[in-house]
Amino acid sequence: MSFTPVILWSDALVFLLLAAGIATAWYIRRREHLLLPWRRVAQSSVAMVSLLVLSLFIAVGLLDTLHYRAALPEQNNGETVYSPEVLSVFDKLVEPLRVRTEKTYSEPFAITLYAKESITDTQGNVLRDYPRLRYGGAHLADESQRNGDVAKRALLGALGGLLAGLLIALGCRRWLLQRNLPLRALLIATLAIAVLIGATIYLATAYHVLGTDKVGQDVLYLSLKSIRTGLIIGTVTTLVTLPLALFLGVAAGYFRGWVDDVIQYVYTVLSSIPSVLLIAAAVLIMQVTIDTHPEWFDTTAARADLRLVALCLILGLTSWTGLCRLLRGEALKLREMEYIQAAQSFGVSSMRILTRHIMPNVMHIILIALVMDFSALVLAEAVLSYVGVGVDPSMISFGTMINAARLEMGREPMVWWALAAAFGFMLVLVLAANLFADAVRDAFDPRLNRTET
Amino acid sequence: MITYIVRRILYAIPILIGVNLLTFTLFFVVNTPDDMARMQLGIKRVTPEAIEKWKQQRGYDKPLFLDPAAAGMNKVTDTIFWQKSASMFIFDFGYSDDGRSIEREIVTRMGPSLAIALPTFLIGLVAYVSFALLMTLFRATALDIAGVALCVLLMSISGLFYIIGGQFVVSKLWHLVPISGYDGGAGAFKFVALPILIGVAGGIGSSSRWYRTIFLEEIGKDYVRTARAKGLSELRVLFTHVLKNAMIPILTGVVVVIPLLFMGSLLTESFFGIPGLGSYTIDAINAQDFSVVRAMVFLGSALYIAGLILTDISYTMVDPRVRLS
Repeated sequence: MSFTPVILWSDALVFLLLAAGIATAWYIRRREHLLLPWRRVAQSSVAMVSLLVLSLFIAVGLLDTLHYRAALPEQNNGETVYSPEVLSVFDKLVEPLRVRTEKTYSEPFAITLYAKESITDTQGNVLRDYPRLRYGGAHLADESQRNGDVAKRALLGALGGLLAGLLIALGCRRWLLQRNLPLRALLIATLAIAVLIGATIYLATAYHVLGTDKVGQDVLYLSLKSIRTGLIIGTVTTLVTLPLALFLGVAAGYFRGWVDDVIQYVYTVLSSIPSVLLIAAAVLIMQVTIDTHPEWFDTTAARADLRLVALCLILGLTSWTGLCRLLRGEALKLREMEYIQAAQSFGVSSMRILTRHIMPNVMHIILIALVMDFSALVLAEAVLSYVGVGVDPSMISFGTMINAARLEMGREPMVWWALAAAFGFMLVLVLAANLFADAVRDAFDPRLNRTET
Repeated sequence: MITYIVRRILYAIPILIGVNLLTFTLFFVVNTPDDMARMQLGIKRVTPEAIEKWKQQRGYDKPLFLDPAAAGMNKVTDTIFWQKSASMFIFDFGYSDDGRSIEREIVTRMGPSLAIALPTFLIGLVAYVSFALLMTLFRATALDIAGVALCVLLMSISGLFYIIGGQFVVSKLWHLVPISGYDGGAGAFKFVALPILIGVAGGIGSSSRWYRTIFLEEIGKDYVRTARAKGLSELRVLFTHVLKNAMIPILTGVVVVIPLLFMGSLLTESFFGIPGLGSYTIDAINAQDFSVVRAMVFLGSALYIAGLILTDISYTMVDPRVRLS
């Protein structure tokens, strides 16, 4: 089957970030003094386990970033026609989850729909009963076999996962042993995650593990797709924040005088507007612009994607002020240092002093601020989507999932699984990010003076 | 003291002008009134006449900054900027899209907002500080570690979860209080109890952890060692000496939000159907009522700046080292 790759705006930015990340890692790898704090991070078992969880999320997000449009079977004068639906490699991997949609809500592991319907049986009688699902538990004859089948599949899947986990651990053994890592914690975490994933995969082949939503989509699929949105909000935003805060903050602190006054004025004005209101105002304006220019977008995915990028841009433009203030304070302190004064008296240009002497010395502040901001941004996305100024309603995200499920709160019995799934995935992602951020802060904060290597 | 306060207020004016210009640019220059009219009328029913009528009804059919056709002062005053934006400095917010006075709405909605935000703030402050002090008292023991772990867990949970979960458990399962609604006077209690409880619970993770760091920083100082050397009990050291000195960094974060309490909370109010300013803002955002959003942006920044001034004044009161200069 032929396809054409599609690079959406957010994809390009993710690739840019990825390249920047790899380049930075390469740069740090060969410099012992930069590597030292990272070694401290690597010794913490909490940090390494959170990193393991985070990298699973990132892997899903990256696979979900490789977009393409598949070719349709019919041809137009010998030219291949591509489907207007933009898919990703991740969609292809979990295709059964994506295409097996039911009619409407069903509970996790259910084999029938959630509400009674009129069914016509083989004799032509009309009954009020729970209709069977098209895919969930379709291989079972009736409800009574379900629990046994679920237990069997969970056990077999878990065993398979355990085996795979052990193989991975054995495969990486030599590489891991050379390094000073918390091996036992990593091994336990790897095996636990492998068991969980193994069981989920085997169960997901026959059931909707987390149920289905209003239009019958699998909630597990929706949750996994939401990961990319959350990660993009958390990371691409920093692409905007970082240059603004770095250049303006350092310039304000180093040059003082009118430069400082102007920059301080700008960030005081921005930060005096309550952030949700500023974001809301900017997003409303963006919506008007997008709605009045429908000709800019060839697919709905492109439109939703541009909205996501614009949201990141807005979040970045409204949230650089805190970091800028920190960096200005640090630059004010650094400019009085002897080595800066030495550079000045040697006649080194201001630009060079800024880039060679000041910026490397504020990097730890930037790093700590970035990892701390990540989880706040992931949580903010859900709130903004609720307020109505978040991502495009057609884009799958934790916020849109919660928003859709919230409307069903009043139903009896309650539709709880979509909410639980969104909150659960968000909790795991944010908790892992928070724990990792704490470890990074502890390792990089120069106030915690350490002498050991 | 009075000259200091006056000067601080004068400093605030250029910032408010900046906010005003920024919102004006966002709402009228980036998107012209024509775009807004098209949006409000819906893409299908747009005719040039309809747009003109929409603009005229709302007073958007004037020039942006300068009207060369008008005479004298009207050159400046008969413009969108003067009538819609500059007028906010005298708290004249104009009318919302459904024709109601925004100023009146703000005044009537402040009460319900405060009824939730003020108790949440006060109870929360006491609860967070006490929890943080407890963790400091048991520092470096298993209790402290468990407390910090609990804080990290609590701050990793989405604020929406506290609201939805609280509503589900307390209102739907236990039937203790109504799910949503509001009533004036004494009847308000049963409506505000749950939002307050949820508001306090939602902030406990990040705030207590933050206060704990402040207390731990304070506890390493020399005066604490002196107090212990005098033979004071650890409890007394913590509650009289450390708490008093830690007030200074705590004030920075706390005083600044007091004026913003008037604005209420966007999420809590809309989930619980409280007719406060938070739900007013959310409704305006959903209805794309730009004049209300503009008014709320301006009001919010004015209150924030008031908070900054209050913070500076409170510093001079709690810290004798800070001089009014």
